[in-house]
Amino acid sequence: MKIWALQDQVLNPIEQKSIDSFKAAGGNGSLETFGNDPYKQKLRVAIGSPNAPDVFFNWGGGNLKEYVDAGKIADLTPVLDQNPELKNAFIPSVMDGAKIDGKQYGIPMRGMQPVLLFFNKKVFAEAGVQPPKTWDDLLSLVDTFKNKGVQPISLAGSQAWTELMWAEYLLDRIGGPEVFKAIRDNGAAGWKHPAVLESLTKLRELIDRGGFGDNFASVGYDMGGASTIMAQGKAAMHLMGSWEFVNQQDQSPDFVKNGDLGWTAFPAIPGGKGDPSNVVGNASNYYSVTSDSKQLDAAKKFVSTTLHEDSYVQALIDAGDVPAVVGVEDKLAKAPNADYTTWIYNTVKEAKHFQLSWDQDLPADDATFMLTQLQELFLKKVSPEQFVNAVAAR
Amino acid sequence: MQSQRPSSWYAVPAFAFFGLFAALPMVLVVYLSFTSWQGLGTPTFNGVANWSRLISDGEAHASMGRTLLLMVVSWAVQTPIALLIGVWAAGKQRSRAVLSSIFFLPLLLSTAAIALLWQALLDSNFGIFAGGPQFLGDPDIAIYTVVFVISWQYIPFHTLLYQGAARGIPASLYEAAIIDGAGRFGRFFNITLPQLRYTIVTSSILMLVGSLTTFDTVLILTQGGPGTASRIIPLHMYITGFSGFEMGYASAIAVLLVVLGTALSVIVTRATGFRAMSSQQEGS
Repeated sequence: MKIWALQDQVLNPIEQKSIDSFKAAGGNGSLETFGNDPYKQKLRVAIGSPNAPDVFFNWGGGNLKEYVDAGKIADLTPVLDQNPELKNAFIPSVMDGAKIDGKQYGIPMRGMQPVLLFFNKKVFAEAGVQPPKTWDDLLSLVDTFKNKGVQPISLAGSQAWTELMWAEYLLDRIGGPEVFKAIRDNGAAGWKHPAVLESLTKLRELIDRGGFGDNFASVGYDMGGASTIMAQGKAAMHLMGSWEFVNQQDQSPDFVKNGDLGWTAFPAIPGGKGDPSNVVGNASNYYSVTSDSKQLDAAKKFVSTTLHEDSYVQALIDAGDVPAVVGVEDKLAKAPNADYTTWIYNTVKEAKHFQLSWDQDLPADDATFMLTQLQELFLKKVSPEQFVNAVAAR
Repeated sequence: MQSQRPSSWYAVPAFAFFGLFAALPMVLVVYLSFTSWQGLGTPTFNGVANWSRLISDGEAHASMGRTLLLMVVSWAVQTPIALLIGVWAAGKQRSRAVLSSIFFLPLLLSTAAIALLWQALLDSNFGIFAGGPQFLGDPDIAIYTVVFVISWQYIPFHTLLYQGAARGIPASLYEAAIIDGAGRFGRFFNITLPQLRYTIVTSSILMLVGSLTTFDTVLILTQGGPGTASRIIPLHMYITGFSGFEMGYASAIAVLLVVLGTALSVIVTRATGFRAMSSQQEGS
């Protein structure tokens, strides 16, 4: 049985270990891992060919839906129905990430990765200000930090997905999750919803106000990029996925050790339709089973027995991940960085809605087009109106 | 006695190689350009939909324009520099060998290494010009930064071409010119340049077709950004095909690239009389 996953120095050994124990119990399986972009391409080519994996890592959402629509993915709903203990083992909003047309096509297998607003506590203390609770707070913080010569928000603008996080949160806060759901399910005309224009106009105001400084277009999210800028105090805030914590620990250990890394929820927008508890990001990663697998039963058994096992969940927690498994509060409290991981866990658990990253939730061609338009919006080459017209016309 | 020509069987490996790795993929790409294929399942025939989209796709046109700009500017930058260094390196000056080996250094580095190197050097926060002009972040500058990096990488190669060709110019021509009283500039413009005519054509074709299909440097250095400021047509093809998984449409762009590349080299060879290939040397 072939199991494919995304390369990750920390998590791959844990995944390997769970496969090993599955083997020890009489099963079989071998893990193959790939880097991010090659993985997406390889998966695309392999699924539906005789070289397809039996079990594969994915991001759920629209990306998985393309494979489901092509009839390549096994429906796991019957497995869950036979196995209520498995069904109730995971946080429902995260399970939804791999639910397509009411059927379950994947089981969460890595940590939850909501997007949150990180900030540099030292820079905030020096300016004598508090982290933002509302959008207006954020705007006034932008002015404060600009006057102090600090870039208000760090942004890895050479990579469109970092800019996308702002658009996702703003639309969810202003229009609620239904607006994007309509775009995803009923087609591009949904972009014409007034909330889209309103949220992008707010975003444009933030850009015009100098919120992201003026050189974000060439900043990346690799070594020495947006994270370093904030860690060194050149910028005050950074909107990023929960993996940012581990990343900062890795690249700027002293910054984290001194307790200067702060985090908070994305600001609320009073009067908006979206619940301020909603989060966006990658709900989790999932294992799915290909329907043409020659070892369908073994593959189903693997995903239904190993992923909520105590030892696997504990290993994820020890590695700094926050698994999408219910009732792990005690385990998190005993692990390192308990305050951070517990915060993430509770935030996702209490979220009314977990909005999957748009680029994962839309078909690849629409997502690619939308990301390009968004980059142009950040560069002011395209106005919010032009953005709406362009993506709605696809 | 008649010399034995090698049997045509000798050409089989070359033809097989060319057929398998050049002709066959090209045929498949032409086929795919008339289909809709998301990379999953089987391609479905959709007539000329991809082609009519290519005609009306504003982003493709803009990418084409950028490719043209990149081609022309990098030719205009590389040719004079490579020519001058090449002619100089063909001489017998004392420091020549040492300096030449330094000039040729970029030739030893891989494209990926060069792109990463310049990306780090030009980083707007931590690079050598931090706080100065944003070579990678300013949409009006980025494409010229790409030209610069490509030139930095390829000038040594073209220098090598010119050096070799300049060495082949018979010394007697220069001796005659000196007797006739030609100065340094006179000799360069009346002997060296005309003698290097075909080398200039060869080098120009390599540069033009090279820039038309250049890809790796841009992918690593700017990813076509900021926004689409340096998204040239091969990158547009890659993004369409391997991010958007619109393989059919990406194939149409690929076919266009093949046609343009071939046309370009045919036009340049014809326009310059390169096909005649008359030798300029003594005794011919």
